[in-house]
Amino acid sequence: MEFFLQLLVNGVCVGLLYGISAMGFVMIFKSSSVLNFAHGELLALGAFFFLTLVTWAKLPVFVAFALTLIGCFMLGFLIERFFLRPLIGEKLIFVIMLTVGLAAMFKGLILLIWGGNLYTYPDFLPQTMGLQFGAIYISPVYSATLIISVIFLVLFGLFFKKSAQGIYMRSVADNQKAALSLGVHVRRVFALSWAIAAMVASMSGIVLGIINGVNVHDLSSIGLKVFPVVILGGLDSIGGAIIGGIIIGLLETFTAGYLSTSLRDVVPYIVLVFILMVKPYGLFGLVEIERV
Amino acid sequence: MGDVLLQLNNISVVYSDVIQVLKGVSLSVEKGHIVSLLGSNGAGKTTTLKAISGLLKPENGEVTEGTIIYNGVNIQNQAPEFITRQGIIQVLEGRQPFKYLTIEENLRVGTATRFGKPYKQDLEMVYNYFPALVQRRKALAGYCSGGELQMLVIGRALMAHPQLLLLDEPSLGLAPLFVQEIFRIIKKINEEQQATIILVEQNARMALQVAHYGYVMENGKIMMEGTSKELSDNPDIKEFYLGMAASGIAKSYKDVKSYRRRKRWL
Amino acid sequence: MRKLSFHPCGNYRENYAQELNIFETDFGRVSLGIFLALLFGVAPFCLSPYMLYILNTIGIAAIAAIGLNILIGYTGQISLGHGAFFGVGAYAAAIMATRWGVGFYIAIPAAGIITALVGMIIGIPSGRLKGLYLTIATLAGQFIIEYVLIQWDSLTKGTMGITLPSPQIMHWQIAGDKAFFFLIFVSLVLMTWFAVNIIRSKYGRAFIAIRDNDRAAEGMGIPIFKYKLLSFGISSFYAGFAGALWAYYMVSITTEPFNLGLSVEYIAMVIIGGMGNIPGAIFGATFITLLNEFLRFFTGVLMNVPAIASWGLNMAPLREFVFGLAIVLFILIEPKGLAEIWRIIRSSFRLWPFSY
Repeated sequence: MEFFLQLLVNGVCVGLLYGISAMGFVMIFKSSSVLNFAHGELLALGAFFFLTLVTWAKLPVFVAFALTLIGCFMLGFLIERFFLRPLIGEKLIFVIMLTVGLAAMFKGLILLIWGGNLYTYPDFLPQTMGLQFGAIYISPVYSATLIISVIFLVLFGLFFKKSAQGIYMRSVADNQKAALSLGVHVRRVFALSWAIAAMVASMSGIVLGIINGVNVHDLSSIGLKVFPVVILGGLDSIGGAIIGGIIIGLLETFTAGYLSTSLRDVVPYIVLVFILMVKPYGLFGLVEIERV
Repeated sequence: MGDVLLQLNNISVVYSDVIQVLKGVSLSVEKGHIVSLLGSNGAGKTTTLKAISGLLKPENGEVTEGTIIYNGVNIQNQAPEFITRQGIIQVLEGRQPFKYLTIEENLRVGTATRFGKPYKQDLEMVYNYFPALVQRRKALAGYCSGGELQMLVIGRALMAHPQLLLLDEPSLGLAPLFVQEIFRIIKKINEEQQATIILVEQNARMALQVAHYGYVMENGKIMMEGTSKELSDNPDIKEFYLGMAASGIAKSYKDVKSYRRRKRWL
Repeated sequence: MRKLSFHPCGNYRENYAQELNIFETDFGRVSLGIFLALLFGVAPFCLSPYMLYILNTIGIAAIAAIGLNILIGYTGQISLGHGAFFGVGAYAAAIMATRWGVGFYIAIPAAGIITALVGMIIGIPSGRLKGLYLTIATLAGQFIIEYVLIQWDSLTKGTMGITLPSPQIMHWQIAGDKAFFFLIFVSLVLMTWFAVNIIRSKYGRAFIAIRDNDRAAEGMGIPIFKYKLLSFGISSFYAGFAGALWAYYMVSITTEPFNLGLSVEYIAMVIIGGMGNIPGAIFGATFITLLNEFLRFFTGVLMNVPAIASWGLNMAPLREFVFGLAIVLFILIEPKGLAEIWRIIRSSFRLWPFSY
């Protein structure tokens, strides 16, 4: 029973992280219908920026964190401007392959600069953040994850609900033509969604780096794990992404705990196929209406 | 003649480089007027509006000839972001709300051209015109009725403080009584907000009642123009658009031989 | 002898047979003949083994890329599982050859057929899914196949890998690059011929109709699910066939190469070569293979430059970077691929000096 509860807690924490990584992904998809295969590399870039700032530049953790977020925000902006914008209205496969190409470029770049080794961040989380509930122990890393996730969720909720830019972004996702007719700067919204997505990705990259250490291959494979998560949640639902993330996180930790660790990495995909067969638009996705 | 706000000089519009929809349309709109654009389906009314508001581009259309001059500025083939910031706002055909946004959020999207400026007063203004929206302000637009949505999209456009409002078939699919209500409000907006309005309508009778001036389009060309009075007295208009015989009495379909007359037009 | 035909200056086709012609002019037919004669008569006898090795790799990649082009370029279904299908073919051939001692002339086509069946299973979601969702489903297929290949120890020997016997026909052993050159390129010619002709047939037209608008295709009476499955089947047959050839050529195989990266490489070949263009797939395979070889060589040289070596920089990831850059540049600059560039070059020669 304790083992079960421990797995449950770990699963939820990991799942929240997946959910948050997936959020950036969903944001891009929702506003500009781009399936971003470079998401894992964005995660990794964020983690490595942070690593450099903390270990090499020896900046205080909070400054480094803020700088990383700002840097990745601008990076996302530039990616949209230089690579995605020329492709607006192009065929799906070109957009997909462009992000695949970008993924290869980023990965190559990271490997060139930092190499493929496993790095760890200096230990900066205070031990007091570890929580003990009876027999269940939540390590400082996981409780930090929990706190950061919740803060980000609240911030995003406020941003999309209250701020004008957030409402414009939702309006573009909802009905692009009507948004255009009212003078919403649609291209700016695309760029902004990339920027925010890159920022969120870097944040989850950092947290994942704290948990598992920083390694390009591990982090970029998380980018692929985003797919089962978003399919579970429906490609266009930000709330769904969080729920999907938690489900996948639980599935993974339970398979690893009770079945086998090697099965852990495929289980999400097996579930994914079944869900797609039963509900082709995911569990929370909107059904698209198609006409000839 | 008063000040001319918008001038279309002989514009042609081509979609996807091959399909020519407008073949030399010229019209001018005076400041503060309501101008109505009449015509059958496919005549090019909506395309004319889109050429003005810059919404042709997403549909792969382009103004290939002619000029559109608004307030002395050339605006043909400009990006919609630019045109809307000049004060031209189009209300799309068929009520295109943001379904997953609430009524109030929908209205706030209308402030996009005036980003960063206070909007609370504008909200009050819109709720004054459309009191029915007040109770529904927290409801998702996707769950509102057609009438509410029509009010919503007009209100949304008002939030942008338009100088030139392009209304595309505001009466589409609404109950007759409600159509009258909408037109009454359009008239009121025109008078109180000093907004110039171009009105595209199938409901010619209503349109000619509120408009100062009218154009009749057919096959991508302007066929006839005149003040509303002139148009509603014209025998052809009476017959084709108002459903009356030239003599003014309602006439049976048996006697309609409009093709003969049309020949003379085209 | 009938008159040689030349390029007409307009569309003067009068019947469907002319519309379906592969070669527009006799010149094309003749030049292809000359090219093939050179390829088979001269290339294997005067190229170094390393050059032959590169040619052989290109040939194998081209077979797989043609298959993927039928699926992506002609049927419009994006698959991210082609690398795994390639692996299935390789393993099927290896298992048949080592367990049952089947000759290569049976093992290779049989591997193709087995892969076709696997491909059709992975293609089943295409009945309900399209676009992005189907792409993700094939991605899942890729991972699941990879997992099965690694974990099914009793059949695939897991990470140990399998060593194949060298192919033999009537006591004549096919070994060495030269012998394989003939095996691979005869297969490539046959497979190309088959692909070109299937596109001209009823099936090919149905594929194209599905690509352009599957709802409309259904409305015209094309059973789209059946044809989508068929397309998956044909494309994975090509992948399996190529994989089997590769297994024999490489002698020993492990599960490692058949990952998502390989799938991406095949899509890159199709895009860089030109979607919906059979020769394009061959161009793309040539380009990517040469790029890989060049980058391997180039990074090797860089590593030996003392200045860089002393920096302690590992230059190998440069390959990945340039590979990604090539894809990105092609998509941004010439999305129709090398086939289009080739067409432009040809027609500018043809139209010279009045090129309008």
